[in-house]
Amino acid sequence: MFGGFDFDVIQRSFAYLFREGMVFTVTLTLLAMSGGIVLGTLLAMMRLSSHAFVSAPAGAYVNLMRSVPLVLVIFWFYFLVPWLGGWVIGAREPIKVGAFWSCVITFTLFEAAYYCEIMRAGIQSISRGQVAAGYAIGLNYWQTMGHVVLPQAFRNMTPVLLTQTVILFQDTSLVYVLSVTDFLGAAAKVANRDHRLVEMYLFAALVYFTVSFAASYAVRRLQSRIAVIR
Amino acid sequence: MKYNWNWGILLEAEPGGSGTYLQYLLVGLAWTLATALAAWVIALAIGAIVGTLRTTPYRWVERACAAYVELFRNIPLLVQMFLWFFVLPELLPKALGDAVKQMPPPWGSYLPAVLCLGLYMSVRIAEQVRAGIQSLPRGQQMAGTALGLTLPQTYRYVLLPMTFRIILPPLTSEFMNTIKNSAVALTIGLLELTGRARAMQEFSFQVFEAFAAATVIYLLLNVVVVFGMRRLERRVRVPGFIAAGSGAAQAGH
Repeated sequence: MFGGFDFDVIQRSFAYLFREGMVFTVTLTLLAMSGGIVLGTLLAMMRLSSHAFVSAPAGAYVNLMRSVPLVLVIFWFYFLVPWLGGWVIGAREPIKVGAFWSCVITFTLFEAAYYCEIMRAGIQSISRGQVAAGYAIGLNYWQTMGHVVLPQAFRNMTPVLLTQTVILFQDTSLVYVLSVTDFLGAAAKVANRDHRLVEMYLFAALVYFTVSFAASYAVRRLQSRIAVIR
Repeated sequence: MKYNWNWGILLEAEPGGSGTYLQYLLVGLAWTLATALAAWVIALAIGAIVGTLRTTPYRWVERACAAYVELFRNIPLLVQMFLWFFVLPELLPKALGDAVKQMPPPWGSYLPAVLCLGLYMSVRIAEQVRAGIQSLPRGQQMAGTALGLTLPQTYRYVLLPMTFRIILPPLTSEFMNTIKNSAVALTIGLLELTGRARAMQEFSFQVFEAFAAATVIYLLLNVVVVFGMRRLERRVRVPGFIAAGSGAAQAGH
């Protein structure tokens, strides 16, 4: 079945695939994860606010992001970020933003909506009594959150946050629509240059599968180790 | 710095000659729905079977279904699209592969997109079904056995009717995910809603009107689906049971 195929192409393009492609994919994943979790946590705190003028915008943002396809969001930000950047610094023309930073901003803002829902569940999993206890010993809102609620919420939600990150790692392949050289983009470029679509896409699938499967397995192990018995 | 807004563009003729840009986008919506609904049927059928089999006491069946779930869950949807579209026809026997490659557009991209999306979503539904069955009290299965039902009968008359009513809310969001994920099919040339919004942006240069129109259509679709499913949920709700997926936070989209 694989008689006419040339799997040597993988070895020839190995350095390009991993040094350029995978480095881009992993960097994008890690930056978007960090930014997304920070922004997501802030959004979750906003959504749980008792003031409607704080919770409503956060809720609207999260629901908007969760209602549209990621591909459409990628297109939106690819064109929107230069205009927003120009508007922020007061430039005459839309500024030039490289594809990499455009992707980082897109994925941070998009995944923040999903991390927000996870952190919201995490914060809600902490009993109200703990918040009351925090206020009773004289902590203010930020101290109660920072010292009492969020550390426990993060601990409870670490496995889900990491699972979402594995999904984020897979999602970054969609930057292909901007012709960016992420791992899949690199594989696609080699595939089209050498007419080796079958070999390259099978190899890309194998690599994504291996990384995601290993990461999911590690998350499951972690989950059983850090689970708090209640 | 000023962006020239021109919402009137939506009512201008698109260069393909099929009508206005708005009509062009609405045809895209029809393709999005046609893709998502067909994929949903496949996903629901396979997902229900695989999810059910994962809770049966046969170990090797459970293993095989777990392997199926891991395979489709750990490869990005876009890569799976490429495998169906570019790779599968090459691996088929030559005559069949050529026939697949020569399918006229848009069927040449529609069929792989439906199959790919159907199988991709089936593993998510399988996980929801499995979680739903496992959330039932153990006594339900025992009661079935005590009544003299065989294992298939217990599933058919006791466990599955309960499960599907319980997991309706998470299934609603999986249906929305199917609609959203169908946008990935634009990479294999299917001109669904997002694909047509991008095409409109390329023809008309009115970037933000094109994407805003598509966004509004997706939001309206979301509202319709959520509203419809709420009504269905209210009708079939089992008092005293909350959804398997709604209590715990889940990753995904």
